[in-house]
Amino acid sequence: MKKTDFLLAGVGGQGIVVASDVLAQVGLEHGYDVKKSEVHGMAQRGGSVVSHVRWADKVYSPLIGRGEADHLLAFEKLEALRYLDFLRFGGTVIVNDYAIPPVSVATGKDVYPDDQAVQRALAAATSSHHVVPGLGAARELGNIRTNNVVLLGSLSTLLDVPCATWKKVIARRVPKRFIDLNCAAFEVGRTLMHG
Amino acid sequence: MQLLSGNEAMARGAWEAGVRVAAGYPGTPSTEILETFAPMPGIYAEWCPNEKVALDVAVGAAYAGSRSMAVMKHVGLNVAADSFFYASVTGLEAGLVIVVADDPAMHSSQNEQDTRRYAKFGRVPCLEPSDSQEAKDLVAVALDLSERIDAPVILRSTTRIAHAYSAVELGERTAEERESPPEYRIDPRKYVTVPGNARRRRPIMEHRIDELRDYASTLPINRVEMGDTSLGIVTCGVAYQYAREVFPTASFLKLGMSYPLPEKLVQDFAHRVDKLIVVEELDPCVEEEIRLLGISVEGKSIFPICGELNPAVVRNSAVQAGLLAESARPNGVKVTNGPLPLRPPVLCPGCPHRGVFHVTKKLKLVVNGDIGCYTLACIPPQEALHTCGCMGASIGVAHGVSKAGIKRRNVAVLGDSTFFHTGMPALINAAYNKGNATTIILDNRTTAMTGRQENPGTGRTLQRQETAAVDFETLARAMGIDDVHTVDSYDLDQVEEALRASLDREGPSVVIARRECALLREVRKRYLPLRVEADKCIACDMCLRVGCPALFKSDEVYAKTGKTKVRINPLLCTGCEICAQVCPKDAILFRAQIEQEDQP
Repeated sequence: MKKTDFLLAGVGGQGIVVASDVLAQVGLEHGYDVKKSEVHGMAQRGGSVVSHVRWADKVYSPLIGRGEADHLLAFEKLEALRYLDFLRFGGTVIVNDYAIPPVSVATGKDVYPDDQAVQRALAAATSSHHVVPGLGAARELGNIRTNNVVLLGSLSTLLDVPCATWKKVIARRVPKRFIDLNCAAFEVGRTLMHG
Repeated sequence: MQLLSGNEAMARGAWEAGVRVAAGYPGTPSTEILETFAPMPGIYAEWCPNEKVALDVAVGAAYAGSRSMAVMKHVGLNVAADSFFYASVTGLEAGLVIVVADDPAMHSSQNEQDTRRYAKFGRVPCLEPSDSQEAKDLVAVALDLSERIDAPVILRSTTRIAHAYSAVELGERTAEERESPPEYRIDPRKYVTVPGNARRRRPIMEHRIDELRDYASTLPINRVEMGDTSLGIVTCGVAYQYAREVFPTASFLKLGMSYPLPEKLVQDFAHRVDKLIVVEELDPCVEEEIRLLGISVEGKSIFPICGELNPAVVRNSAVQAGLLAESARPNGVKVTNGPLPLRPPVLCPGCPHRGVFHVTKKLKLVVNGDIGCYTLACIPPQEALHTCGCMGASIGVAHGVSKAGIKRRNVAVLGDSTFFHTGMPALINAAYNKGNATTIILDNRTTAMTGRQENPGTGRTLQRQETAAVDFETLARAMGIDDVHTVDSYDLDQVEEALRASLDREGPSVVIARRECALLREVRKRYLPLRVEADKCIACDMCLRVGCPALFKSDEVYAKTGKTKVRINPLLCTGCEICAQVCPKDAILFRAQIEQEDQP
């Protein structure tokens, strides 16, 4: 099967660990060898967070090198730009339409890139870039914590894995009372890519 | 098959291999090993105040005939080094594995030391897994080896083993439930390290390593994977994975044991290839050992000694050294954006440490910091921490600063768990030697940075048992310190008053700033986001100086100055009221006001 490398990037607290868990399990369930790598501890305290997920017949390195990722799933716009250089030529980037200003921006020391600048950077990097209103969709679902699963839904449209596999894994990973909500979030995420 | 992190896998490996007692101190990237192990059936596990105590506990269990495990991060082994060396002298009655997690690139550490140096230093073997399956399996190998050579064995992990997930085939626990522990075998000639005994043990330590050099060539964890013989690569740990990916056709000698080297295997492998290189993370440990065999080899002349490796680093280094063609470089996208605003880790919204640092800054104190979340107070806009070396250093350093005659008022700041770890002897010293510094203990009722573990102040053990909690006030007084204050970290006036009183007084003093970590479950239930009354906000930015991620500049302009007003992100704010206390215009509503306004 085709090797597929995913980089998930965002800010500590956005549910990236859960999303990358699901993504890794989906790969395993679909018959791939899988590795996943992330950083814990100090880096998680509201800092920039990144998780590497790799699917292939045989995966060696748990890390993806710069310029080698097939897909960048960014939970936040600034973090999309920060990790853009991990994408291989022709790779795809999905960006959650959500800005979390770092403290240096909130205090007026730095400027957050505006939407045109984000668009320009994405377009210069790849023709396959999608800014999706993941947070808005999660809000409409009544729980912003589903933002991460919405984004997985969007990502799933690029992959040849049955929806049932995704939902099976999601059901295993989230608390029982949130299974339906998260499956709905997944479906909503899929529609965002068609628009 | 299950996807397990290296840490989860090592916990499982310890259980399968019949470990009965395990002890450690939390430290990224090693923490989850004991957390995963603790709930498993038929075992005992505990958090100790520091790594030295943990290693002594594990040694004691091994002296008593039970397989045991000590767990720590790389710098923890510095703290436990004394115990490590005597355990190497005495040997044990049952297997002892010391799991040590290195942190190349210092994701969450103050230095990048390579634990393999300790193996050679202490005359003990060092095993290195390269994925989760090996992380699990090598625990059993380490324990068997420990019993075979009568010495502790180091199992060296790194961040990308500890926190990387890969598929693992599980096994069964090999240890049988036993009715009673084995008879304690008394052998003072072996276990009392008076010079006469230690001298007798000394040649044994050298002899066992010499023997291992032969035995290692027969161990299946050291294996040759022959490919194209123009390039032979000796590698171990996660570096093996990077090298396999970057050099798909080369020949490999994959070491499961990186010290001592399997001499015969290395010599044979070197003969079979045209060019020999070593790919290893951090120090050139394997490279140096190969050179000592008189074999020509390259390693750190090609690959970096600083920081962690990854496929891109290995590939680019190899291209630069002419081992790979220029075309082997990854074909990445074009990146056009310039420098981006950084997003360093910050103190969480609602962090009780924030207000204390606001006060130390206001009082213009020299702050000698320590290792914990509060180290993050060094980052702008707070910039309120002026030294930080290692666990427990703050109190001794502050004492030294004052003994050097620095008149400026200086304090030591450290957390509850760090105080128990290595702060206590330093505070005894400050009291005994008539110091003048003030020690601020940030008692947030947990070991926060590593993910909220229990400690001797919390009243609960790792295995969820109720226990006696240390009373900081009584403890400080027992050490000989009369001036002890306890304040609420959220109450800035209280903190300031206590600090002023302590600083004005001669002699050592302690201020215990107590408030639960905002991430604790019971605290989360009390979150209540605050609001800014935009009419009252004069855009003075005073509140922003506390450096809370929940505060941000809005689009609304304060007409008089043209500056933008501040707003609070309700998704992040916990309602700690630090910013509200700092606001000179009472523009930020306190919890009581919010509750009143929100009443139907």
